[in-house]
Amino acid sequence: MSGAPGPALRIEDVHKSFGRTPVLLGIDLTVAQHEVVCLIGASGSGKSTLLRCVNLLEPIDAGRIFVAGEEITAPGVDVNRIRRRIGIVFQAFNLFPHMSVLDNVTLAPRKVLRLAPAEAADRALALLERFGLADKRAEFPDRLSGGQQQRVAIVRALAMEPELLLLDEVTSALDPELVAEVLAVIRELARGGMTMLIATHEMGFARDIANRVCFLDAGRILEEGPPEQIFRTPRAERTQRFLQRVMEAGRL
Amino acid sequence: MTALGGLGPHDQEVLARLPGRRPRSRRSSPGALRSTAVAFASTIAFFGFLTWIAVNSPGWPLVQRSFFNGDLLVASLPDIAAAFWVNVQLFFVAETLILALALVIAVLRSTPGPVLFPVRLLATAYVDVFRALPGVLIIYILGFGIPGLNIDGVPTDPFFYAVIALTLIYSAYVSEVYRAGIDSVHPSQSAAARSLGLSQWQALRYVVLPQAVRRVIPPLLNDFIGLQKDTVLVSYIGVVEIFRQSQITEAAHFNFTPYLATAAVFLVMTIPLARLTDWLVSRDRRRAAAGAR
Repeated sequence: MSGAPGPALRIEDVHKSFGRTPVLLGIDLTVAQHEVVCLIGASGSGKSTLLRCVNLLEPIDAGRIFVAGEEITAPGVDVNRIRRRIGIVFQAFNLFPHMSVLDNVTLAPRKVLRLAPAEAADRALALLERFGLADKRAEFPDRLSGGQQQRVAIVRALAMEPELLLLDEVTSALDPELVAEVLAVIRELARGGMTMLIATHEMGFARDIANRVCFLDAGRILEEGPPEQIFRTPRAERTQRFLQRVMEAGRL
Repeated sequence: MTALGGLGPHDQEVLARLPGRRPRSRRSSPGALRSTAVAFASTIAFFGFLTWIAVNSPGWPLVQRSFFNGDLLVASLPDIAAAFWVNVQLFFVAETLILALALVIAVLRSTPGPVLFPVRLLATAYVDVFRALPGVLIIYILGFGIPGLNIDGVPTDPFFYAVIALTLIYSAYVSEVYRAGIDSVHPSQSAAARSLGLSQWQALRYVVLPQAVRRVIPPLLNDFIGLQKDTVLVSYIGVVEIFRQSQITEAAHFNFTPYLATAAVFLVMTIPLARLTDWLVSRDRRRAAAGAR
């Protein structure tokens, strides 16, 4: 799949409403291979919905989405095949509570990729090792700290070897002292060249890690650019106000 | 766990609870002991009083003879125990079928998508009809009606129809229990599974159902207890099970003691299952309390 043409992700004029409430009002966004793009914006600005649309967890009302040149929103597309190529990590971890860490990570490789259990376990253990979780392989999720659970969720997504990783406010449910360990994992992934689209409230982190930052406001991308520009010299007045509020809250 | 200074979440949980618990139990334990003693004594006094009234009533000698005949009790027990074996078989065969059929119906009713709409409609109609009708009527209609058609190859054994009737009646209830369990699993679990590329069926099979079934084991056992007792209803279509056997013995001796023997058998069988259910419920509650952080 690496030889596929075009950008890793291209979103064209995507609209989405929940009932009568419009959430996305024409989003255009392109993510190049190995690029890290951060989505910032107030709660309810549409960041999470956009990620869920890209993973086809929410059907879109209008527009098109392409992954490595293939239109994934075309009618008749096999959604299970598309989702294999796109990993997503949720704010609330969503680990499977009735399975051990190892089973959480190997379930999809075993059932979707049809790997032999031993091979799936070997690959999962290598990933768990890489993120310092090998000693937790037999634990159940409720025995882990929030930071550990979120790292397991990231490993679970990585086990499918996705071309694109979507991170949906993955540190928002964590105690402050646990945020760092999860951000370290994401930095490590960025260094490894993983293409990522990240919705986040961690402005400092976005500034460090992103190649590009997009400011979402009321269902539109109001402003996008390199992090230095967005954070130092935001052009739009709404972006300035948003960053002002974030700064007052001590989050930047 | 490094960030927590070597204490696991569970340790913290235990520590957090200790200070609140100790004083409370210390304060309440002598009082609790006295309450228990009072409750116990008053219960004994109450039932003692009822017994005294019964034993001193004008009709007591007759009732004693027709309900508490020790010789007949001993004599009727072998037949009654043998007949109870039929109830046990009925219970196990029907229960196995119920667990499977009810799960299929619950899954069909929980599956979204317009394609399955007719199937959902059928499943819903089945559940509605079989929960609306009294069980005895269904047993009568199936047990007498279908063999009455005289179709070649259709079984005439009442045991067969007893199993079918109980399965159809109870699957309607049990499918609702399963469905409540499926609904109780948060949609984010299914979303997580689907996001990994699992199909809808795989997400249900590996992620949703295992969690759903675990949660509904106590209410399922509750329905088992109901089924255990309702096996006597099939005596109406001629299955010689424990209730019919006690009727036969009663008719032969003009004595009601066999009914008491039957009641005793059900007490011995059902109470342990009820205790087990309660124990499972309280264990789940403790676990849920420990899991909520």
